[in-house]
Amino acid sequence: MANFSININGKVHEVDVDPKMPLLWAIRDELGYVGTKFGCGIGQCGACTVHVDGVAMRSCQMTVETIAERERAITTIEGLSENGEHPVQQAWLEHDVPQCGYCQAGQIMSAASLLNNIPNPTDEDISTGMAGNICRCGTYTRIHAAVKTAAAKLS
Amino acid sequence: MQSTRRNFLKVSAATGGGFLLGFSILTSCEQKPAVVMMAPELVMPEQFVELNGFIKIAENGIVTIMSPNPEIGQNVKTSMPMLIAEELDVDWGNVIVEQGKLDTENFTRQIAGGSQSIRHGWVPLRTTGATARAMLLAAAAQQLEVDVADLRTEKGTIYGPGDKKISYGEVAELATTMDVPEEVELKDPKDFKIIGKSTKNVDARKIATGKPLFGIDVQREGMLHAGIIHPPAFGMELASFNADAARAMPGIVDVVELDCAPEGKEMQWSDGGTVRRSIAVVGKSTWQVMQAKKAVQAEWKRTSPAESSDGHRSKLASLLETGKVEVARRDGKPEAAFKEAAKIVEATYSAPFLPHNTMEPMNFFAHVTNEKAELHGPVQTPEFLEKSIATLFDMDPANIDVGMTRMGGGFGRRLYGSFAVEAAMISKAVGAPVKLTYTREDDMTQGTYRPDYLVTYRAGLDADGQLVAFHVRGTGTNGSPVFANRFPAGSVENYLAENIGMDSNITTGAWRAPRSNFIAGAEQAFLDEVAEAAGKDPIAFRLELFDRAINNPVGEKNDYDAERYAEVIKLARDKAGWTGTSNNDGTHRGFAAYYCHNSYVAQVLDLTMDTDKPKVGRVCCAVDCGIVVNPEGAINQIEGGIVDGIGHALYGQITFTDGKPDQENFNTYRLIRHPEAPTSIDVHFVDNGIKPTGLGEPSLPPVIGALANALSSAKGERVYDQPFVGGLRG
Ligand code: FES
Ligand code: FES
Repeated sequence: MANFSININGKVHEVDVDPKMPLLWAIRDELGYVGTKFGCGIGQCGACTVHVDGVAMRSCQMTVETIAERERAITTIEGLSENGEHPVQQAWLEHDVPQCGYCQAGQIMSAASLLNNIPNPTDEDISTGMAGNICRCGTYTRIHAAVKTAAAKLS
Repeated sequence: MQSTRRNFLKVSAATGGGFLLGFSILTSCEQKPAVVMMAPELVMPEQFVELNGFIKIAENGIVTIMSPNPEIGQNVKTSMPMLIAEELDVDWGNVIVEQGKLDTENFTRQIAGGSQSIRHGWVPLRTTGATARAMLLAAAAQQLEVDVADLRTEKGTIYGPGDKKISYGEVAELATTMDVPEEVELKDPKDFKIIGKSTKNVDARKIATGKPLFGIDVQREGMLHAGIIHPPAFGMELASFNADAARAMPGIVDVVELDCAPEGKEMQWSDGGTVRRSIAVVGKSTWQVMQAKKAVQAEWKRTSPAESSDGHRSKLASLLETGKVEVARRDGKPEAAFKEAAKIVEATYSAPFLPHNTMEPMNFFAHVTNEKAELHGPVQTPEFLEKSIATLFDMDPANIDVGMTRMGGGFGRRLYGSFAVEAAMISKAVGAPVKLTYTREDDMTQGTYRPDYLVTYRAGLDADGQLVAFHVRGTGTNGSPVFANRFPAGSVENYLAENIGMDSNITTGAWRAPRSNFIAGAEQAFLDEVAEAAGKDPIAFRLELFDRAINNPVGEKNDYDAERYAEVIKLARDKAGWTGTSNNDGTHRGFAAYYCHNSYVAQVLDLTMDTDKPKVGRVCCAVDCGIVVNPEGAINQIEGGIVDGIGHALYGQITFTDGKPDQENFNTYRLIRHPEAPTSIDVHFVDNGIKPTGLGEPSLPPVIGALANALSSAKGERVYDQPFVGGLRG
């Protein structure tokens, strides 16, 4: 166990954890940001997606130690916008995307990062960019449409 | 339309229990803040009147409606309250929806399963709304000193003669003192204002902003975290274990052995898949517990034979040949008819075991003491869970409190609440509130799978290409997939349906559209093969059969309405612009139609091949589910079923080696991903005003048939064995 400072949603938090604890579990169990989800723990499903210095990453695949040492700034779904007004979140509401909703925080974080990199994505860009996020309920066609709507809002 | 209270109880009794109105009359309850979908956020004021178990009204007109049933993503938390709000006649914009707890006095059938929530709630929930409205009207009549017949309501306001008007909020308290009416009138569907309008998911904003909604998000003061260790293979049991090393690890509080099915305790169906003896690791955080699990040294002993997938397929095949046959239905003289047939078509179809793989792994919160039990989490069968807990702990159900969270998927997996029972056992053992969380590996390897299946179809055609004999014989682990009275039963003179069962120690259970999720695809693929042998277009061939079933049906037990079936097929055909199975542009088309869970679905699926990889393009889907309560939500369900069906048929399979599942996580188990989803899905509803039926399941079964037919056209040879493409390894 050791003390680490990690920057989450613009705030520095102190955690006393095993250095190898994945960021996912530090933010969920230790800090109570439960919007970031556990799905597989092996970097395959995307449910745990957060932004690390603005880029979508799998929080189950990064240790607290690394994040703290490199002084990364983490954004979770709770910090993407104040109150759900990020264009991607708005597009998600407009298209009524969620079914069970469990994968959606990860999908939204991936989509926001995708649009940061490619403001005007083609269908193929969206398909490839979102391929790392599994939706067991099968909302992919809605996600696809919502990413396009968000892109239009952003441009 | 008249609906008396007695009438209404009769309806309920017929559908499996009374939906009691339960008029607990409370005033000035504590505020429970709740928020709805879009901005601005609605908050229930501190003072409000509870009209019955479902409805609370505040003076400012804000209404809270309880949603009684578990929400697994089928959107009942939106659509069921819509039924109440419609008859109550309030503005949906003023409605807050809250998840009801398990409350066997006020609510019944608090189950998510079989696509039945809306079907069973249709009359009772509307009656609840109408009854509350009638009491509000009676109170208004008293207050305004007018005859109740001179009053009308609109969006939460009661209007009387002249400019007299009063809001629901102003008369709610008085309304609680009114007699509960014996008789209420339900609206004529043409007057519906909320039902039939696309209404956004009431939890959408919370989902999009990451609010704690799910079982896995539950956090309590002093709560410990737990993990579970099950036997590594089916047919094995715990012999002994050493947890010294695990206990010494940081954050670990205890390691305990559980017996979740002790001798002498009666189990019920929802305990299916319960692992009797397992090991629980309890600690301060999920991660520490996961680490410590690896340090537990357990010895396992074999208690029943190890089964492997290779052996399974050949065992099912030999059972089909020589197993004990149970005749499910026989019409005419099938054996003789086959003998006389000019042409016989025969084909055998198979599908593997499937895990549910809800995105949210199994988890549950429990706090159990000697006196009482609090359970909170994602379960499709809260009422049964309460019974299991009462039995296990010899506890009065009155001291058991079961709360429901939103669920990160169900698909049938959470009908079996053994994980919640485990959480309760752990809490009792360590004397603390506990949240048990399965890892993905625990979740995928623990069982209650969709069974593996094998079915052989035979069809006899006469010289004119008429279907004169039909035979289906099916088998599967823990039960056959064949439905005796489904189409084409009723359309063929000589018909035989047979079942053969196979026992296994691999636990199986309901998986989205049980049995239909396999048999529909097999049947619809076979009908295409028969149509081809008869030299007919697949849709025209089916419609000919339905003509027979409409005009001169064989047998009396056919469980479908042939006219509705034919209608939905024609709608799909017309909307898709069907001209046949292959188009000049390299697109291959597959058709299928199926009836299950009281709804009718027909689909045309377009597919192209990218070298050897199939890519689904457009899926055109026609649906007859009667009145569509919430079109947007309904379409979302249908899309989900289509993507789910395509994904599992192409890639899904769990296999076994010596009783041990070969796939444990998404690196070896393949789920459909974004690039593999259909390019577009268009949904068309039959508008017939018939009472609504469910949608959580019906779009999945046929799409496997449509996919198989399109794929067969693309490949130039029929496909028989799922998964059509395969998993990640093999
Ligand atoms: S939980 Fe991190 S990718 Fe699945
Ligand atoms: S909405 Fe359920 S997993 Fe995506």
